[in-house]
Amino acid sequence: MSYLVKGERGDWEAVVGLEVHAQIVSNAKLFSGAATQFGAAPNTQVSLVDAAMPGMLPVLNGHCVAQAVRTGLGLKAKINTRSVFERKNYFYPDLPHGYQISQYSQPIVGEGAVLLDMADGSTRTIGIERLHMEQDAGKSLHDQDPGRTLIDLNRAGVALMEIVSKPDIRSPEEAGLYLRKLRSILRYLGTCDGNMEEGSMRADVNVSVRKAGEAFRTRCEIKNVNSVRFVMQSIEVEARRQIEVYESGGTVDQETRLFDPGRGETRSMRSKEHAHDYRYFPDPDLLPLKLKPDYVARIKDTLPELPDEKKDRFVRDYGLSPYDAGVLVVDRASADFFETVAKGRDSKLAANWVMGDLFGALNSTGKTIETSPVSAKHLGELIDLIADGTLSGRLAKDVFALMVGEGKAPSLLVDEKGLKQVTDTGAIEAVIDQVMGANADKVAEYRSGKDKLFGFFVGQVMKASQGKANPGLVNDLLKSKLAG
Amino acid sequence: MSLDKATVRKIAYLARIRVPDDALDGLARELNHIIGWVEQLNEVDTTGVEPMASVVDITLPKRADEVSDGGIAGEVLKNAPEPVVAPGADGGFFAVPKVVE
Amino acid sequence: MTALTGLSIAAVRDGLAERDFTALELAREHLRSIEKARHLNAFITETPEIALARAKESDARRAKGKALGPMDGVPIAIKDLFCTASVPTTAGSHILDGFTPTYESTVTAKLKAAGAVMLGKTNMDEFAMGSSNMTSYHGPVKNPWRPEGREKRDKDLVPGGSSGGSAAAVAAGLAPAAIGTDTGGSIRQPASFCGIVGMKPTYGRCSRWGIVAFASSLDQAGPFARSVEDTAILLAAMAGHDPKDSTSAPVAVPDFRAALKKSAKGLKVGIPKEYTMDGMPAAIDALWKRGVAWMQAQGAECREVSLPHTAYALPTYYIVAPAEASSNLARYDGVRFGLRVDEGGTLDEMYAATRGEGFGAEVRRRVLIGTYVLSAGYYDAYYLKAQKVRALIAEDFRKAFEAVDVLLTPTAPSAAFAIGDKMDDPVAMYLNDVFTVPASLAGLPAISLPAGLDADGLPLGLHLIAKPFDEETLFRAAAALEEACSFDAHPPGFGGSP
Repeated sequence: MSYLVKGERGDWEAVVGLEVHAQIVSNAKLFSGAATQFGAAPNTQVSLVDAAMPGMLPVLNGHCVAQAVRTGLGLKAKINTRSVFERKNYFYPDLPHGYQISQYSQPIVGEGAVLLDMADGSTRTIGIERLHMEQDAGKSLHDQDPGRTLIDLNRAGVALMEIVSKPDIRSPEEAGLYLRKLRSILRYLGTCDGNMEEGSMRADVNVSVRKAGEAFRTRCEIKNVNSVRFVMQSIEVEARRQIEVYESGGTVDQETRLFDPGRGETRSMRSKEHAHDYRYFPDPDLLPLKLKPDYVARIKDTLPELPDEKKDRFVRDYGLSPYDAGVLVVDRASADFFETVAKGRDSKLAANWVMGDLFGALNSTGKTIETSPVSAKHLGELIDLIADGTLSGRLAKDVFALMVGEGKAPSLLVDEKGLKQVTDTGAIEAVIDQVMGANADKVAEYRSGKDKLFGFFVGQVMKASQGKANPGLVNDLLKSKLAG
Repeated sequence: MSLDKATVRKIAYLARIRVPDDALDGLARELNHIIGWVEQLNEVDTTGVEPMASVVDITLPKRADEVSDGGIAGEVLKNAPEPVVAPGADGGFFAVPKVVE
Repeated sequence: MTALTGLSIAAVRDGLAERDFTALELAREHLRSIEKARHLNAFITETPEIALARAKESDARRAKGKALGPMDGVPIAIKDLFCTASVPTTAGSHILDGFTPTYESTVTAKLKAAGAVMLGKTNMDEFAMGSSNMTSYHGPVKNPWRPEGREKRDKDLVPGGSSGGSAAAVAAGLAPAAIGTDTGGSIRQPASFCGIVGMKPTYGRCSRWGIVAFASSLDQAGPFARSVEDTAILLAAMAGHDPKDSTSAPVAVPDFRAALKKSAKGLKVGIPKEYTMDGMPAAIDALWKRGVAWMQAQGAECREVSLPHTAYALPTYYIVAPAEASSNLARYDGVRFGLRVDEGGTLDEMYAATRGEGFGAEVRRRVLIGTYVLSAGYYDAYYLKAQKVRALIAEDFRKAFEAVDVLLTPTAPSAAFAIGDKMDDPVAMYLNDVFTVPASLAGLPAISLPAGLDADGLPLGLHLIAKPFDEETLFRAAAALEEACSFDAHPPGFGGSP
């Protein structure tokens, strides 16, 4: 189903491309040895090279190159064995050199693709145009001082990958799916932590609209959107804005805009009267980057199983639905957790426990898979206790709640709290007799046709047995005893 | 290709160099003279010639991914015309006239 | 009058070893001559405390039998383009007012580690852009040579540029040696104007780390001295791979001095025919021919070669160098160091005012030319075109070097001219580098040595160019030529003489 915005005079299609800036996971910066960690005191992670002091020179961090190649391979993209670092020249206080070292005409990675798992079960391919490496800029603080802007260069020079999609995205939903899939892939690869709140992944959103079948119209770029939700909202808001412009007879100017989530609108950036002319040219302090084929091959050998492949395998080998498999593989940690639980056990049961109870518990306790109070091993053991009859499903839920609270192994908790389920028919019969005896009037009512009272008896038996009676047995035995 | 006053003004802005209005004509003349002189390169046939990619015939060296620098906020800020450092604080800022985004 | 200020590095080395004098005495004498020669304006910053401290350290080492090598205790002058820790560094510009680096350039750090004694930072054309030292914010430098003709004697002459201060200091005997940088001829041309030896090594031979950048693909540090042997000694202490400079070549530093001992017998010298230019002064042409004869007398074989794209070297350089400079100089913006001109306006206004006031006219011109040739719509026609012609120029040299080992040309198209000349036309000034620029574009090692005097008694240099990383052959040829020309003239006042 395509996303169409209803204008006053017909339906419009949104055309969206995303440029994602992903901070490369590395200890040091792209061209200097300063650290990259988030949150340090201002200008304490700055080398003289980052500060553009006179006479300073860049030296390329080899690990960042490997991370970019790794990412390109993960995006099924072409690796360019010859790429060039170029200077992008402009003035801004958080750009101390007056230029950013980037890649323009010859990026390290070419065309690739990202698969979206649509809600209806279909897949849609979004093309990747290119990926290149570049330096991040520092930070300008405009609100610390009334008359001054303060500059912190800690971030200046940190390695970024700019991942440019083709304008294949057609709806806010697709944009959201694209970003989530991209983030998932980057996290699997270990090349970017995808943390949009901390700014290690940011998106520039290119939006234009058109009537179905038309050629592309002018696009606007919404810069630095830092959450998936805002990306989706900004697309909707901007598409509508452009449609209004067209429908009132105007033309859309190509410009850079900012998304204001508070007001739910995009605003033109009130800057430069003149258009930027970046005067790209190859950085003469560096040489062309040449990669040997076996360098790329060695990296390819170390790629982990990626989300799409893992999802397909989960469907195939564990019989999961594509939806369930899709949910489990978003995070490698979740996928690994599931597999540990599912190994040698009923995979559907494992999937339900992980996706339902475990994810629910993580949500309510504010924890992640990595900091889960219940380990995969223990959850697996819990499932074993159900399978061997020690616990009923209901009891297992009680034990699980205790596991969340105390972090102990299920068998330990069962022993400590005496939570084994009762399967002794004799014992259950005894409880049933007791309940029936204490509720003779209700027995009579049931026998005279009030079937609904069955639930009452079940509840009483369970209560009398502190929930430990095997529900299946309770059902069978109650039925036969009540039948008389 | 001749530079007029408007082009010189635009280039001076790109380069962030203030040129007083009354100096634009003289500057345009000088720049035109230089550009006119370098344009003799058009006489050279460069079909099929690759632009020089590097003067020195070596491969691009790479560094290990180690933190070997930084932690020198004092040095970095030492020559700043307007450093902003709170007493006892770790690190500090450069300051410039307020930028409106 | 002292004999200590006229010594070569080799003689200083020997004299210190023989205990004829101490490094401290040497330093003091040189500091005194610098004081007396202040009218030359060769120094922007004199560093007497550092000089005396380092001289004392040198003597202390020597007393313990731990002398470092041939440069230990040798006084040198440093072009103010090298960042020197805790010593103001100006690059000859107003925009670096107050800038005191907290770091030391690799080349000067190596010289310090070799025991050299820094006398001070020498004057230079602003940001190394010039061939006369007249664009310096700190005033022009006077060439210690004066023309002999009666009417001309009162004229002050330029020392050449951009390393004018270093060249003048060595020529006047204020230091046995100095270091400079050469981007299009900025060591070789002033060496020629000042009657001394000046050399630009292969691009990548010396580290650029800590040298204020002008044109990254052309800049190279190099030595000035009064003999080819001294130049080799100094270069050996400066050169070497630096992992902090990605364009620094990971090649070993050969024994340059050993190369000096080889004779020129069998050496093949190429004479590029395109270097014979219209309007070439007769004296220069005559000297060049004498140079050919001298090399032949030394056993070398001279033959004509062709470097067909020679005439396009200067315009190529004046596109590539300003383009790189326009980007390298963008960091001079008043934010983190140097001059800031804040008139209470916006940030853009602060940038424009700072750079408008902080840069001199020649720098402003070149930054604007550079910005223009990189700008949208012009990149292909100018910058890309120039880089292609540059590739052709390099190929010309490569082909020529298949047949010969070294090339011989004049260094400059004239002797030193008067301060104030050639200021009306930037292009006229650019033509000073016509013979030196091609080797810069191709990254080749080249040297200028004084070979004769013109009719006014002013020095003229001859220029040798060799293959990449073949400084050994260059020194071998230069030593032979030096021996043949037996140039022993000095400017008035040299070594304390009247």
